[in-house]
Amino acid sequence: MPISLLVEGLSAKRGEDLIFHDISFVLTAGEALVVTGPNGSGKSTLLRVLAGLLAAQSGRVLLDGISSEIGHPREFCHYLGHRNAMKRELTVEENLSFWKSFMGDSPGGAGIGIEEAAEALGLGGISHLPFGYLSAGQQRRMAMAKLLVAYRPIWLLDEPTAALDASADRLFATLVTRHLGAGGIVVAATHQPLGVEARELRMTGFAGVAGEVGH
Amino acid sequence: MTSLFLRDLKLAMRAGGGALIGVLFFMTVVAVVPFAVGPDLNLLSRIGPAILWIGALLASLLGLDRLFQAEREDGSLDLMLMQETPLVLTVLMKCLAHWTATGLPLVIASPLLGLFMNMKELAIGATMLTLLAGTPAITLIGAAGAAVAVTLPRGGLLVSILVLPLTVPVLIFGVSAAYAAVEDPAPFLPPFLILIAITLFFAVIGPLSAALALRAASD
Amino acid sequence: MSENSLSIRKFSDLANPTRFLGLAGRVLPWLVGLTVVLFAIGLYLSFTTEGDYQQGETVRIMYVHVPAAWLSMMCYTVMAVSALGTLVWRHPLADVSARAAAPIGASFTFLALVTGSLWGKPMWGTWWVWDARLTSVFVLFLMYLGLIALNRAMDDPGKAAKVSAILILVGFVNIPIIKFSVEWWNTLHQPASVLRLGGSAIDPEFLWPLLVMAVAFTLLFFALHIAAMRNEIWRRRVTSMRRQAARAAGREA
Repeated sequence: MPISLLVEGLSAKRGEDLIFHDISFVLTAGEALVVTGPNGSGKSTLLRVLAGLLAAQSGRVLLDGISSEIGHPREFCHYLGHRNAMKRELTVEENLSFWKSFMGDSPGGAGIGIEEAAEALGLGGISHLPFGYLSAGQQRRMAMAKLLVAYRPIWLLDEPTAALDASADRLFATLVTRHLGAGGIVVAATHQPLGVEARELRMTGFAGVAGEVGH
Repeated sequence: MTSLFLRDLKLAMRAGGGALIGVLFFMTVVAVVPFAVGPDLNLLSRIGPAILWIGALLASLLGLDRLFQAEREDGSLDLMLMQETPLVLTVLMKCLAHWTATGLPLVIASPLLGLFMNMKELAIGATMLTLLAGTPAITLIGAAGAAVAVTLPRGGLLVSILVLPLTVPVLIFGVSAAYAAVEDPAPFLPPFLILIAITLFFAVIGPLSAALALRAASD
Repeated sequence: MSENSLSIRKFSDLANPTRFLGLAGRVLPWLVGLTVVLFAIGLYLSFTTEGDYQQGETVRIMYVHVPAAWLSMMCYTVMAVSALGTLVWRHPLADVSARAAAPIGASFTFLALVTGSLWGKPMWGTWWVWDARLTSVFVLFLMYLGLIALNRAMDDPGKAAKVSAILILVGFVNIPIIKFSVEWWNTLHQPASVLRLGGSAIDPEFLWPLLVMAVAFTLLFFALHIAAMRNEIWRRRVTSMRRQAARAAGREA
């Protein structure tokens, strides 16, 4: 049974401020949602609530179509935040193989090898170098390789392509497309077009307004 | 889980890691004491176990604040919070790695410093044994303090202030067990067993409270 | 071309790491060979001379202990000169020299401390006394370890060079003060020192092996130092090549 992500009446606060209010959507396997909106409209907050890193004020996040018993939907999610979650002192290979074995795979898929993942992001052959040696764009791409080495059906991406150049952007778009094609779900907060067929959720300060926009 | 242990160990050994610094601090603190109390060998051998324990306590607190802060700064903590693996286990593993990298070297260095303090072989052995049993407790309860202070910009000092009072029982039973081994009337085993009990107790409440604090601090 | 500027050019030629590597490759085998020969002679003399009537066989530790202690100080002097080289003349090899010398100095100091301690056990009946001389060497050892830790903590060698050079010089200025205050502290507490090695009153029977060993240790230091500097230069080249590789990988994609 294909997986689907249900969000019902979600609202969240940061401190005393209500950031967004009553957001609902359903994403089924193979669908992507692009969250847009001006700075401070709550895109990152929404993603962090979906990732289970922030408690929702009200509403809930559900997963449908998972056969096994689950503790929390976050266990089925990859979260790529602003920070790369990689150690500068360790080599790329050490970083990735740590996350691969620490995260493990969600049921229904398997992560690919480390060198293969680096290859997929156009950075084959340098995984023996310390992560700190890489440029900002390369570091970002290696952080994306995490998405590939451990399998998760849902990708939550916060400004994934901010530090990337045009060619890396396209590369990433193909990865996202491939993930969707394999029955995955992607939620991305971004200013730039992601380059894939996606629905759009425009955050307008308080409430999110859902709309269908094809690219 | 072993991969987390190995990663943290590697990080501690790599450039800028805390493993070397802790032992150095320990040596320096212990070496400075005779300058204050004088080079009287009898006096030094009498206060030796206490000095070693205080040095080890302070050295164990060193670098504890980075336990979770470093993970938070680069975003790794977010991913650790999201996994199926219970957070308590992750915290426990990080504590073990931290102790292996910073606490164990202190235990290994302690006999050498015992010689500087003119301690007898028996006293050195007893102190080493109590340090081996007691320093994990400091790391484990320290993890709770480190987790509470994880979001604070200058958490380092605060962690020491928060954790030091909590380590008082460790110090009391560690030092008294070490003394009991040397001085005849007092039995060694009761304080030593209490010390082990404290360590085991802290192995439960330390990671549990640290995990709770990390979840609460996540924003 | 005056002779002065020629010698300056020679000096800056040596500053070129590639030239240094070439020179080191030629000098090192000779230096190592000479060191081995001197050690063979020195150790032979050390073990064939008669033992002291008072100290017995333990006196032979002196042949290792005294040269090691002397090198622990000389190495710091070499580092201080290198630090000056970094800060004043901006000599490109100076910080390589300072960085390479620190672990060697720490090793010799450690050797001096261990042999002193081994010697102390039969002499004083305890492994360690807070004798002024031993204590100063111990403080020196801690300073070495601090410098090594500082070097390890910074991954940019250029930045680390200046900072550790400053620390080396501060330490160097402080050494006499430390030595003086330790002696003052010591005499304050215990009136008579336990043991005094009678400086010039030493018997020529002991003097010869000691001198040979001292020269052998000094040569050993220079051999190790040059080899360590060579390794440091190579290490930096490997690092910069790896950084270049990282940059190149970005461009291809």
